[in-house]
Amino acid sequence: MDKIRFATVWLAGCSGCHMSFLDLDEWLIELAQHVDVVFSPVGSDLKEYPENVDVCLVEGGIANEENLELAHLVRQRTKLVISFGDCAVTANVPAMRNMQGKADGVLKRAYLELADVGQQLPHEPGIVPELLDRVVPLHEVIPVDLFMPGCPPPADRIRAAIEPLLKGEQPRMEGREMIKFG
Amino acid sequence: MSVKTLKIDGKDVAIEEGTTVLQAAREAGVTIPTLCHMEGISDVGACRLCMVEVKGTNKLLPACVTQVAEGMEVETNTAKLQEYRRMTVELLFAEGNHVCSVCVANGNCELQDVAIVVGMDHSRFPYRFPERKVDVSHPQFGIDHNRCILCTRCVRVCDEIEGAHVWDVAQRGAACYIVSGLNQPWGAVDACTSCGKCVDACPTGSIFRKGMTTGEKDRDREKLEFLVNAREKKEWTR
Repeated sequence: MDKIRFATVWLAGCSGCHMSFLDLDEWLIELAQHVDVVFSPVGSDLKEYPENVDVCLVEGGIANEENLELAHLVRQRTKLVISFGDCAVTANVPAMRNMQGKADGVLKRAYLELADVGQQLPHEPGIVPELLDRVVPLHEVIPVDLFMPGCPPPADRIRAAIEPLLKGEQPRMEGREMIKFG
Repeated sequence: MSVKTLKIDGKDVAIEEGTTVLQAAREAGVTIPTLCHMEGISDVGACRLCMVEVKGTNKLLPACVTQVAEGMEVETNTAKLQEYRRMTVELLFAEGNHVCSVCVANGNCELQDVAIVVGMDHSRFPYRFPERKVDVSHPQFGIDHNRCILCTRCVRVCDEIEGAHVWDVAQRGAACYIVSGLNQPWGAVDACTSCGKCVDACPTGSIFRKGMTTGEKDRDREKLEFLVNAREKKEWTR
């Protein structure tokens, strides 16, 4: 059997979910027997999200134009998209800026009002992605196949969600061990 | 005292007249999820989690404020109820600003618990992100309205057990929020005895002790039941 083409993506999140993924420790070696890691900030050096991906763990919500573009690319090129952690599932901490109003107000608050020195709004088109007005969960911009809450999801939960997929089965996302937020 | 006989999920139940369907179900060993209900204080049917189906009516009825009746046939866990319960919890999350990962009640929160019970792995409703306030004017406690689900346990526990009636609900609809005193900062309300019963009653991390950080909130929920039993049944020890 061909290896499963596996990817992970890091959008608007703290990378804690990826750290928790690395917390799988020796099971990562087992996982490597079954998958080819074709794209991942912690498991591959490729910069372009490839075609024909089987499974992708998406960490983080959608906060800027780059996140949005990558989310759409992931959906086009991936069979099974997993919302990986609370930021992808609920938008979580990054979305706490939504209470401050739109992107303008947030940038002014962060870079002008709260800056001690060198007050300046970031503006580098083509280099620094523009903020969206609201941070939203992944499933508000693309259809998502599986939700794995947790901040971060503990390594055991990640394993319990991925392991059945390797055998072509669906994991049961229920109970405190699998779906507790936070 | 007359006794009513009814069926709950097919089980025969005989219970005193005046009992609620929720109490009857618990007596019969049938679990119905709740949030605004708390032993020792009155019921108001605020959270809508305990909705049940009763044969003969198309309406869903809140078990906590529906009295048992002779020959009643109650279903507590149909597919329809499961779907509505999950929607109710999703709407509670989407309505406020519930960020579990940075909340004092993370891991010790009844809202989080019911989300697990109803199988909520995400909200199908877009989050509102309302602008809400935090009041930390009280020397010992704080109230974070972002985490409030308007269950009104604090209102009832303060009124009915402490007898201080510091809390109330202001405004209407989506603009509702809990007020202290005459819409004053909590710390400026003379009626508050600083007893902390509202902290113990609050199902989420909305009302908390100052100095707590993520996941540190604990409650002495039994204290509230103890006080009620002491008054009503003269049980002075626990």
